[in-house]
Amino acid sequence: AVFAGDFGLGRPALPEEIAAWDVKIMPDGRGLPEGSGDVWTGDEVFAENCAVCHGDFAEGVGNWPKLAGGWDTLDHEDPLKTVGSYWPYLSTVWDYVNRSMPFGNAQSLSNDEVYAITAYILYSNNLVDEDFTLSHENFAEVEMPNAGGFIVDDRAETEYAKWTGEPCMENCKDEVKITMRARVLDVTPDVEEAEAAEAEPVAVAVAEPEPAPE
Amino acid sequence: MSETFKGKSTSRRGFLRGAAAAGAGALAAGAAKAATPDPLIVEPQPWAQGLGEGVDVTPYGLPIQFENDVVRRNVDWLTADTISSINFTPIHALDGTITPQGCAFERHHSGAIELAKDDYRLMINGLVDTPLVFTYADLERFPRENHVYFCECAANTGMEWAGAQLNGAQFTHGMIHNMEYTGVPLRTILEEAGVKTEGKWVYVEGADASSNGRSIPMEKALDDVLVAFKANGEALRKEHGYPVRLVVPGWEGNMWVKWLRRIEVTDAAVQSREETSKYTDTLEDGTSRKWTWEMDAKSVVTSPSPQAPITHGTGPLVISGLAWSGRGAITRVDVSKDGGKTWETARLAKPGERMALTRFYLDTTWDGTEMLLQSRAMDETGYVQPTKTQLREVRGLNSIYHNNCIQTWWVKPNGEAENVEVS
Repeated sequence: AVFAGDFGLGRPALPEEIAAWDVKIMPDGRGLPEGSGDVWTGDEVFAENCAVCHGDFAEGVGNWPKLAGGWDTLDHEDPLKTVGSYWPYLSTVWDYVNRSMPFGNAQSLSNDEVYAITAYILYSNNLVDEDFTLSHENFAEVEMPNAGGFIVDDRAETEYAKWTGEPCMENCKDEVKITMRARVLDVTPDVEEAEAAEAEPVAVAVAEPEPAPE
Repeated sequence: MSETFKGKSTSRRGFLRGAAAAGAGALAAGAAKAATPDPLIVEPQPWAQGLGEGVDVTPYGLPIQFENDVVRRNVDWLTADTISSINFTPIHALDGTITPQGCAFERHHSGAIELAKDDYRLMINGLVDTPLVFTYADLERFPRENHVYFCECAANTGMEWAGAQLNGAQFTHGMIHNMEYTGVPLRTILEEAGVKTEGKWVYVEGADASSNGRSIPMEKALDDVLVAFKANGEALRKEHGYPVRLVVPGWEGNMWVKWLRRIEVTDAAVQSREETSKYTDTLEDGTSRKWTWEMDAKSVVTSPSPQAPITHGTGPLVISGLAWSGRGAITRVDVSKDGGKTWETARLAKPGERMALTRFYLDTTWDGTEMLLQSRAMDETGYVQPTKTQLREVRGLNSIYHNNCIQTWWVKPNGEAENVEVS
């Protein structure tokens, strides 16, 4: 084989090997395998593989991620970021479900099952009707509500100039008040050894300075 | 699975754990005069009479039992389970800059997998002249480099956006470690396969179930990214990506893909889950920044701090902490004892190194009055670490990631310290 590099290390990857590991899907749908799945099938597959954590309606169970809901909450005090309210590309849903879900049994779903689950998640987010079928052919037609919601890192423009230069060293403010305390919130884990440490706060010993040694 | 990194209203008692050890040292302040001879000096002690352990007792050692509290800690309410979760480096108890691997924080999305060198394969494919497969042994035959870099989770300090929440530097700032890495420049591997001119991005993913795929622009990939197999002199720990991880200097920890199995040259970003749903930073108006790769200049006083109270009384006090910047070397750290009214420039233990932790000290005298301790880092670009108020003015409260604000510890007259926010 002819290598571009100087070392001649490694060996050419075989097409089967690349196909096995390179399963990523690009935002424009490149990489999608042939296949399809409808909402009803997705409902069943979801109930079997996903609902135990993500809820029957993709609404989430306990602290597990909610996949649906939260529409128009991104500028609220406590935004709910789901596939429907936040994710910009459907490709990411297909790719992530296919590659990394279900949690603990990843890469166990067939392509058609992933299409069906993706269709069901769209349905759960009110983005398609119940008779919708998702396939590699119509995939690129689905537009996500928050597709336009992202900007490329703009800290260089919005922050860096503001926070560059010689900072204040003296008389920087008139007064300082404590406005919030972690002890009041009290959610830091205790440590077993410290559980016994309900003792009084340690008294401060004020030492008498010794004369400096000659 | 998911991390919310938000508040929770449990009500367990969160008292400083340092108080446990504090009692014994309470009277040891300064140069107090001894009234009676110290039995530890005047009476022969067992370790001065008998024998210690033989050299065959401990082929690979752990810290002495008295340091049992210098360990990683988990905050169980942060995540839904401990598999896709985070733990914290005990930075309050460490000094210098190198993080011991055994207590260096972990962040996994589908657990710490066990991958033997014999089973390891690294593929490079996509827009290259020749897609290649390497074994672990192949990687060790490329020319190597050594560099010290910090790896900071994008979510470090993320729980503190809305207020002072977790009481300890370990919890507020401990999603970080700093190691000396040995590895092969990613550039070398890319050149070996031959990058085509259309190749603008590199997509990297791990061998674990989560894969943690991320897109890196070609410019960074060709600059200083390392394919690393040693850290602090030895093989990577399992939980840190054994046998091979990516090291992405100055950039958010999520991109430091562990158990690295595939590098793909692409013409565009993949926009994977870890760069759309996660690791995007929502602003007040509901739009979100993506590709916020660099970790900005940041610092924290590690001692005194809530887990490291002052137990020695008044007199000489070492205020110590860490500073770092993903945009270059730390050039200066200022420390305030009065909540930012006045500042003194601290002493850097060594000149700052690019994208590495820097240790600072302020050797001072404590008169026993309360302090509002802060540190403020500056890096070689002239950037000055902002306050949380300044960050919030630009970003609001919902960014989750990239909280590099100035931290305040309220040190009380009894030496106890608390995480607070100040006006």
